[in-house]
Amino acid sequence: MITATGLDVAAVRADFPILSRRVRDNQALVYLDSAATSQKPRAVLDAERRFYEEVNAAVHRGAHALAEEATDAYEQARMTIAAFVGAHPQQCVFVRNATEALNLLAYSFSNATVLAGAGVVAARQAGFSGDPRLVLGPGRSIVLSELEHHANLVPWQQVAAKTGATLRWLPVTPAGRLDLTDIDQIITADTAVVSVTAQSNVTGAITPLAPIVDRARQVGAFIILDACQTVPNGPVDVTGLGVDALCWSGHKMCGPTGIGVLWARDELLAAMPPFLTGGSMIDTVEMTGSTFAPPPQRFEAGTPLTAQAVGLAAAADYLAGFGMARIAEHERRLTECALAGIAQLPQVRVIGPSDLVDRGGVVSVVVDGVHAHDVGQVLDDRGVAVRVGHHCAWPLNRRLGIAASTRASFYLYNDEDDVAAFISGLAAAVAYFGGR
Amino acid sequence: MRLDSLYQDVIMDHYRRRCGHGLREPYSAESCQVNPTCGDEIRLRVTVDGLGRILDVSYDATGCAISQAAASVLHEGVCGLPQAEAMQIEAAFHALMQSRGTDAGDPEVLGDAVAFAGVSRYPARVKCALLPWMAFKDALHRSEGINR
Repeated sequence: MITATGLDVAAVRADFPILSRRVRDNQALVYLDSAATSQKPRAVLDAERRFYEEVNAAVHRGAHALAEEATDAYEQARMTIAAFVGAHPQQCVFVRNATEALNLLAYSFSNATVLAGAGVVAARQAGFSGDPRLVLGPGRSIVLSELEHHANLVPWQQVAAKTGATLRWLPVTPAGRLDLTDIDQIITADTAVVSVTAQSNVTGAITPLAPIVDRARQVGAFIILDACQTVPNGPVDVTGLGVDALCWSGHKMCGPTGIGVLWARDELLAAMPPFLTGGSMIDTVEMTGSTFAPPPQRFEAGTPLTAQAVGLAAAADYLAGFGMARIAEHERRLTECALAGIAQLPQVRVIGPSDLVDRGGVVSVVVDGVHAHDVGQVLDDRGVAVRVGHHCAWPLNRRLGIAASTRASFYLYNDEDDVAAFISGLAAAVAYFGGR
Repeated sequence: MRLDSLYQDVIMDHYRRRCGHGLREPYSAESCQVNPTCGDEIRLRVTVDGLGRILDVSYDATGCAISQAAASVLHEGVCGLPQAEAMQIEAAFHALMQSRGTDAGDPEVLGDAVAFAGVSRYPARVKCALLPWMAFKDALHRSEGINR
């Protein structure tokens, strides 16, 4: 069936071998957990296999034929992935995942603070330019939001503890959207960095970026975007966003696990001291000290994630083949369908916006009197894979007054039948725990 | 049906009518345990007399049917027993949960807790069943420290 957005879901599904699996006594798998990790199309699996079978060698070292080809494949992958988000390749650093990207950024601030205290000469030797905007301490602040995934919260708590900087956060409304009413009192002249999610992985609310960017610019703070839930699911052009850095994980966009991307503006990349150090990221090394390669290599210590980068580039090509706007519209229709279905179930409440305005394709719910684990168990019993728990956003759950929720998330390979399976599974959970 | 083998009637009955729920005083020691994967929490108190007999287990918990029922079954199963005997049940329950569905459990030792045998087939749910027992073990351990 070809949907109104022109996506032939049956053909898409045929690209994903795992989607034909049977689970729990030979039932068809209904995979609604792509916000946690997406499934991988054959094009990605083949690209990785082909790299290992035909090209594999250590990149950016060695002068043999395979080393040259592997280096080309790696840098070609960087170009493909950069183009996918409208970036310059030299601004894209390969990391393990978004968690590592956010740690890299967070450590840039704490390392800069330590090095600034060690004196100008020592700081220069360790690769820190001395940019005072990266130097924290009591009297400076880091601003996050209550929507954040633990990956964009815990690293900053650590930085605050190490430097004495203050942690502040933008609150959320009961509907699970950011509340910017007091933004001018939260992002202030003492703010060094604002790091927020582009879209909540729990409520699906899309962050209104413009007022946050404007305010951060006004006070001279860096602004970082956790784009894990947006880059895989719709068109993103990094240059148009006005942020200084953005990151996402490859495995949520049909790519392999173990690779993510940190994009940052040249100015920020040049100012940040090295994070992980060792081979690949240096210019010269002597026993007493080293000099460092320019970005992005400066932030890619050790043998790089080569086959993973090649796989991620194949994923970017695969998604671009459908068009990210079409994928976004497809998810939007499925979300609309899910919200309409849930509205028919009086015992089920949506955690997050109940309309489609500025909302992505994740739908989290609580079922009256039934714990999310039990709801998930009933769904799993019917072959429906959803996420249950706090979704790595524990403070948000507390803020919204819920212990845990059940989350369905949609991707290009899902269709209305999958949504129907989710809705009937919720109804079954209500009946099972209410009726016995 | 697979669900019924997991949510056996004994479990559903305990879930609906939890025995011993609520925090009571006096108590010998208390333990708070959290399941970090889902955020479920339990605060559990044990009251032990001078002879090492468990007089009461009281608790306040948020969680799924499995963890709530496990707390209720625990209360019913260990109150009035000598500590050593309660710890034998704990050990048997722990072994049952680790069995991946290969063990039906000994009703002579476990009592109502044998109903949790089906849980061991779902590794993600084993933690739910063990949460109150972890709190119980920890609280008993603490009470021994206090008594010494």
